[in-house]
Amino acid sequence: MTDNMYIERSCRISENTIWLDGAPYWKGLPAASFIDFAKEAFRLLKVDYPKFYKMDNLSKLVFLAADFLLQQQDKDGIALVMANRSSSLDTDIKHQQSIQEKESFFPSPATFVYTLPNICEGELCIRHQLMTENIFLVDECFPTETIEMYAAYLLRSGKAKRVMCGWAELFQENYDAVLYLVGPNGEKEHTKKNIEDLFR
Amino acid sequence: MVELKEELKGKIIEVLNLEDVTVGDIQDGDALFGDGLGLDSIDALELIVLLDKEYGIKLSDPKQGKAIFKSIETMAAYISENRTK
Repeated sequence: MTDNMYIERSCRISENTIWLDGAPYWKGLPAASFIDFAKEAFRLLKVDYPKFYKMDNLSKLVFLAADFLLQQQDKDGIALVMANRSSSLDTDIKHQQSIQEKESFFPSPATFVYTLPNICEGELCIRHQLMTENIFLVDECFPTETIEMYAAYLLRSGKAKRVMCGWAELFQENYDAVLYLVGPNGEKEHTKKNIEDLFR
Repeated sequence: MVELKEELKGKIIEVLNLEDVTVGDIQDGDALFGDGLGLDSIDALELIVLLDKEYGIKLSDPKQGKAIFKSIETMAAYISENRTK
């Protein structure tokens, strides 16, 4: 692996809109809830993957961003480096509500399994058959330098051929996913400034 | 029993988020796991919770699940015999 690293592609999902490489790709209904938006966006992909409907909202968000990002892409050797602010709090609260009342104590196994933020990366690994490194960080804002350095390390050390990096934040109806692929091809160099530009 | 089977199909679709499946799609004798509805191990746990929550049945021996959750037919029969609510 040479030191030439580029941001090859990017996908952002926020405010009922999907952007690819900075350009609007699809917009859902303005007043749609995240659930309804995600369902419509999923149908747009035209994939047969019933497990999508069983995922928690954070995993649905990441699943959609990754599927749009990886369309027509070679998926061999892609590592995952992601972060968010709210961890799995959105699902943690749903689980907590199901065990709040002693008389109505029915925790849902399907909810409980999503009470960790890195589970969304596991869903991506299953979906795209990724068998490389993955890490999920929790921080107040996107840890640009840490993620830039770690992605570069994975590529330079040969532990990955490309790295899918990004921010995957979701809490209730507020969500913002910014995923980007770092690899040896492209025009936009993998620099702190260019990464920060993805969030503008 | 017919009513219970229809009710069960509806609850399973709702609880397991079977988005593209309708009550009419599930035959009483269809396998719920494997080649049938294609349910997985987490779905099996959800069905155990469903029995407890909706019908007051606590499965003390998880090994029983394999026979009980074979189909809507077997589930309905077990619920009829063991329900407490």
